[in-house]
Amino acid sequence: MGKVKSLEELMKIKEQALKDLQLRGETGKRGKITVAMGTCGIAAGAKETLKAIVEALNEHGVDDVAVVQSGCMGLCEVEPTVEVRLEGQEPVVYGRVTPENAKRIVKMHILEGRVVEDLVVKRGEV
Amino acid sequence: MPLTTNTILICAGGACISAGEKSVKDALEEELKKYGLDEVVRVIETGCMGACTLGPIAVIYPEGVFYQKLTPEAAKEIVEEHILKGRIVEKHLYKAPEGKPVPRVHEEVPFFKKQVKIVTRNLGIIDPTKIEEYIARDGYFALAKALQMKPEDVIREIKDSGLRGRGGAGFPTGLKWELAAKQKAERKFVVCNADEGDPGAFMDRSILEGDPHAVIEGMAIAAYAIGAQKGFVYVRAEYPLAIERLNIALEQAREYGFLGENIMGTDFFFDIEIRIGAGAFVCGEETALMASIEGERGQPRVKPPYPVEKGLWGYPTVINNVETLANVPWIIRNGAKEFRKYGTETSPGTKVFALAGKVKNTGLVEVPMGITLRELIYEIGGGIAGDKKLKAVQTGGPSGGCIPAEYIDTPVDFESLQKLGAIMGSGGMIVMDEDDCMVDVARFFLEFTVEESCGKCTPCREGTKKMLEILEKITSGEGTEEDIEELEKLANVIKDTSLCGLGQTAPNPVLSTLRYFRDEYLAHVREKKCPAKKCKALISYVIDPEKCVGCTACARVCPVQCISGQVRQPHVIDQAECVRCGSCIEVCRFGAISKVTPALPVEEAVE
Repeated sequence: MGKVKSLEELMKIKEQALKDLQLRGETGKRGKITVAMGTCGIAAGAKETLKAIVEALNEHGVDDVAVVQSGCMGLCEVEPTVEVRLEGQEPVVYGRVTPENAKRIVKMHILEGRVVEDLVVKRGEV
Repeated sequence: MPLTTNTILICAGGACISAGEKSVKDALEEELKKYGLDEVVRVIETGCMGACTLGPIAVIYPEGVFYQKLTPEAAKEIVEEHILKGRIVEKHLYKAPEGKPVPRVHEEVPFFKKQVKIVTRNLGIIDPTKIEEYIARDGYFALAKALQMKPEDVIREIKDSGLRGRGGAGFPTGLKWELAAKQKAERKFVVCNADEGDPGAFMDRSILEGDPHAVIEGMAIAAYAIGAQKGFVYVRAEYPLAIERLNIALEQAREYGFLGENIMGTDFFFDIEIRIGAGAFVCGEETALMASIEGERGQPRVKPPYPVEKGLWGYPTVINNVETLANVPWIIRNGAKEFRKYGTETSPGTKVFALAGKVKNTGLVEVPMGITLRELIYEIGGGIAGDKKLKAVQTGGPSGGCIPAEYIDTPVDFESLQKLGAIMGSGGMIVMDEDDCMVDVARFFLEFTVEESCGKCTPCREGTKKMLEILEKITSGEGTEEDIEELEKLANVIKDTSLCGLGQTAPNPVLSTLRYFRDEYLAHVREKKCPAKKCKALISYVIDPEKCVGCTACARVCPVQCISGQVRQPHVIDQAECVRCGSCIEVCRFGAISKVTPALPVEEAVE
C-alpha cells in the first residue's frame, strides 16, 4: 500500500474498508440471505453456493444485504437451500441452489426484486 | 475482499485475556476449522469492550449477539449451534437482573445504553491491528482536515471545544497547545503520557490496546498545531499488549504516510517513538516523565519552567494524556460545537471511568460529564454487589478522595468533585460498601504512595511514611485521639510543602476520609472498634452455638487449627490462636460464624 496523499485517496480506502466492516452487519441491512450449512447442505455444495452469493453481491456492489449461514433447514432433498428475506417481504426459500442459480437469485431477487419462481421451494415463515 | 459470513469479535482487553480469552479463541478457531468454516468466518481480537466482569466476551455479527463468560467448551457449542445451525446458545447470553437472557446487549442493557462513546467509540468494534478498519470509522480524516487548516485554527477549535486534560488536573488542552505554539524554538515535542499508575485505573491501557491509531492521530494533530516534528509515547513496561499494538499501528501509519515526511502530501513531517518506562508511579508526573525520556532517573523538578516553555532537552514540549489525545480527532472532525453538546459548561465532553470495587458491573465506561454518581453506579454499574449499602466512592486514585454516599446525586465533573475534596483524576472509580473500613482505605492508598515516593523531597519521603505509621497504629487498635490530630497536621504540611503533584496530593485520601468519616477514626481510637469489621486487630470471629450444627467444615479449613469441637456439637474458636483470616466464615453454610468488634478479650472467648 502506497502513501496516502490526499483526502480523495483516504476516502477511497475508507469506502473499501467500510464495505468489509459492513459485511459484519453493524449497520442497517435491508435483508438477509441465509445459506443452510448443515452437514447435508455442505455435502450438497453449500460452501460453493455461499461463495457464489458473496461474490455476486460484491460484484453488484450490494452491501446492505447480510449473508449468514444456518443449520439444516430440513429440506435435504433440495439442498443446497437458501432463504432470502428482504425487508417488508415474505421470506422465500430456494432449493437446488447451485453457484449459477445463486447468481441468478442475487441478480433477480436482490437487485430486481423479482422472485426466481422456478427455484422456489417455500414461501412465508417456516 | 475477504469472503465472510459471520464475524466473531472476541474481546482481547486485559481483563478478558486474564479470564482465558486465548483458550476461547483457540477453541473457536479449531472448531471452525473442523467444520470447514474457517474460510468464511472471521475471528477478530478487539480492544476492551468494557464489560470486564462478564469476560471473556464475544460478539457475533451480523446478528450482534453478545456472549459472556466463555470457556473453550462454550466456544465449541457456539460454533456448533450458532455458527453452523443459526441457533442462539441461550445459556451463554448475558442475563438481565431478572434472569432473562439478552441477545443484543448494546441496544438493551443500561450498561451500554447509557454511555456516550467518543473516546471509546472504536473499542470492541474494530480490529486494532488493521489501520483500514480505523479508516473505515473515519480515522485520519481529522488529520487530513487539520492539515488543510492553519495551525492557529486547529488550536482555536480545541480551545473552543473546552477540552480539558484527562490525566487528572484538567488543564485546558487548547491553552496548553497555544502556549507551546507561541514559543520560538528550533525544535518542539509532543508527548503522550501513557504511564497510568493509579491503582484500579486502566482506561489508557484499554484505549492504546483497542484503538491505538486514535492516539497517534491525536498526537499528529497536536504536533501540527504547535509545530513539533517529533513525538514520544511514554508507556509503562507493564503494558506489553499496548506496546505491541502501538508498534504495529505506528508501522502502518508510516506505511500509509500519516507519519514520517510529507504527511498526506504536505510538507509537514512528524514521527513518533515509543519510550518504555519501568512503571514507577512518579514517572506519570510530567517533569519526572521527561527526565525518564531523557534517560535520567525519573524524578520531578520544580515548576516553572513548565514543559511548554522548557520541556524535553530544554525545548517546548506538550504533554497530553492518552484519553485527551484520543478526543482530539473526534473534535477536529465534528467541531467544537458538537463536542460541547456533551458534558457541562466547564467540563465538556465525556470521561472514561474504570469502574471497580463493590459494584455489579465493573469495567470501562464512557459517560457524558455531569452524569450523577447515582446514574453511574446504579444504572450503568448495576448497583452495589450483593445488594449491600453504598458507603463511599473513591475517585482519582491515590491523589483523590472519598465521596460519601450522601453525595450520590453529585454530578461528575471537575469542579463538583473538587468541591467535595475528591478529584476526577485519571478516572479510576472505586465503589465501597458497608464492609469497607475508611481508615483502612486511607492506609491502603498511603501504603502505595510510600512505596512509590521517589524520595527526592523530604515531606513526601519522610512525611508520608510517618502518616502511614500512624494509620497502622490506629488500625491495629493502638491509636489515640492525639494521633488523629497529628495525622491531620502532617497531612496539611505535606500538602503544602511537597515538590511535585504526587506529594502534594498524597494526603488526600487521609484528608477526605477524615472529613467525612472522622467518626470511624474515633471509633478505632476511643472504643477500639472497627465499624466495618475489617481491621483484624479490632475484631473477633465467634461461633453461635445455637446455629452451629457441628459439621466440622470450619475446623477443617482453619489454617491454625484453632477451632475445636465434637462432630454434631457446637464448635468454638480459640481467640488466642485465631489469626482472623476469615476462612471459617466463608465455608460455614449455616451462618453460625460472625464477626464482632471490638475484639473479645482472650479469656472470655474460650468459655
